[in-house]
Amino acid sequence: MKQSLFTIKENRPLTKDVYLMRLEGDTSDITAPGQFVNIKLDGLFLRRPISVNDVEGNVLTIIYKVVGTGTEQMKEMKSGTLDILTGLGNGYDTSLSGENVLLVGGGVGVPPLYMLAKKLIKEGKKVGVILGFNTESEVFFEEEFKALGCDVTVTTVDGSRGVKGFVTNALESFPDAAYFYTCGPEPMLKALYNATSIEGQFSFEERMGCGFGACMGCSCKTLYGNKRICKDGPVLKKEEIIWEK
Amino acid sequence: MGKMSVDLCGITLDNPVIPASGTFGYGYEFAELYDINILGTFSFKGTTKDPRFGNPTPRIAECTAGMINAVGLQNPGVEKVISEELPKMRKVFRKKVMANVSGFSIEDYAYTCEKLDKCEEVGWLEVNVSCPNVHGGGMSFGTSPEAAAEVTKAVKKVTTKPVIIKLSPNVTDIVSIAKACEEAGADGISLINTLLGMRIDLKTKKPVIANKMGGFSGSAIFPVAVRMVYQVANAVNIPVVGMGGVSKAEDVIELMLAGATAVEIGAQNLIDPFCARDIINDLPMVMEKYGINSLSDIIGGAK
Repeated sequence: MKQSLFTIKENRPLTKDVYLMRLEGDTSDITAPGQFVNIKLDGLFLRRPISVNDVEGNVLTIIYKVVGTGTEQMKEMKSGTLDILTGLGNGYDTSLSGENVLLVGGGVGVPPLYMLAKKLIKEGKKVGVILGFNTESEVFFEEEFKALGCDVTVTTVDGSRGVKGFVTNALESFPDAAYFYTCGPEPMLKALYNATSIEGQFSFEERMGCGFGACMGCSCKTLYGNKRICKDGPVLKKEEIIWEK
Repeated sequence: MGKMSVDLCGITLDNPVIPASGTFGYGYEFAELYDINILGTFSFKGTTKDPRFGNPTPRIAECTAGMINAVGLQNPGVEKVISEELPKMRKVFRKKVMANVSGFSIEDYAYTCEKLDKCEEVGWLEVNVSCPNVHGGGMSFGTSPEAAAEVTKAVKKVTTKPVIIKLSPNVTDIVSIAKACEEAGADGISLINTLLGMRIDLKTKKPVIANKMGGFSGSAIFPVAVRMVYQVANAVNIPVVGMGGVSKAEDVIELMLAGATAVEIGAQNLIDPFCARDIINDLPMVMEKYGINSLSDIIGGAK
């Protein structure tokens, strides 16, 4: 973990309430896709944990949905610096993926899968992607995944774009996938868990105090014992997950 | 003794800065960031007789200038703390550490303290009679002078280490409880633990925290801490460890002027992991600014 100041280079909407922010700073502690950063904002006590969308050299890209006071404040930022803790969380382990991989993202669960897809493609793997949204106007990053060379299927709940329904309705498009990685709302994760027989890795979300393993605010039970979502996660393997909620 | 050193129950601290229990784990997350041997000491994660998962999540809620937590004393139980956590801690922290203990019966407290008494690396036992998170638990001991005294007596019987009783601010008369602990043999008092608080989410119209209520901490509670440390320090003749909303070197000095011999830092560690280091680094400068030659001279200086 590192604490450093990042300079805001870009901050623009991708959809009505999803924004992309590019920041310049010390990215050296970000070592795996699926990690997150924790951002200090003026006047707010707790930092805001946001997943890493991409890192290129000293440029960090995050994508966030405006859901409350913190992200309302962030969307207005045009320049200046942010105090950010980097290198948080375990991230996805690509060594277990095999050659034919499926990535499944729902809503603002999509962003961390981009850096993962880049890594998997670089490792020479075949990458299929399912991106799930509620409706066409919420779709983002479809072209970016295609540009990496991924085979992309979009699903929308109302059918206004791509396959109608949930991400699980598109699983049959990828019959050869032997391993998967996912991030999204918990009901989606659970549905995917029940709909697939292959192994995979899930990224979870929880309200956090510190984000680096000190406060035990985000603990969960797993088959491998109690884990902290922020430090021992946010990525858990399918085989260890216990669904409680 | 250096300009910043203080004596806490017979053990010299290089400086009065002590990260508080529950905000510093067993030290090793922070040892990745800086050499934690610069600390006066730290109080490790609250320990109970049996392993505890704690409360369901969400356990955390934000407030203006603070936060609420309802972790619920998650810890692996005293046996595992001694066999697994303390050896790991020893690799990154060479000084005497403060062991924080919670319990749900007099026997629990005595059992856990007796085990920790055998640990050479433990300097003090900080006995939490005040955790507001557990139903039917610590709260009842810390809210009555008789119960707090009973815990103190039971713990004193099983240890030769200094016993510091950590008090809850959620009481009508903090002084009577502190005095009862002193009479029962406590070697020190630490306060304040968190204030009982609650937040409600306007979107869901439900409490933010799964446990509904939790402990409010952070800079917002600092004036309450100053007041209670002042009241207790003026009523007892044993050292007082002050805490509650400390976020900067000036706060350390203010609590010492109120009567604290040493000062714990809690929630600030969670949002600024370097704050204890920075406070220690800032202290000499702030002392000079206010004409303070030695920190031990200013304890209880505000009359």
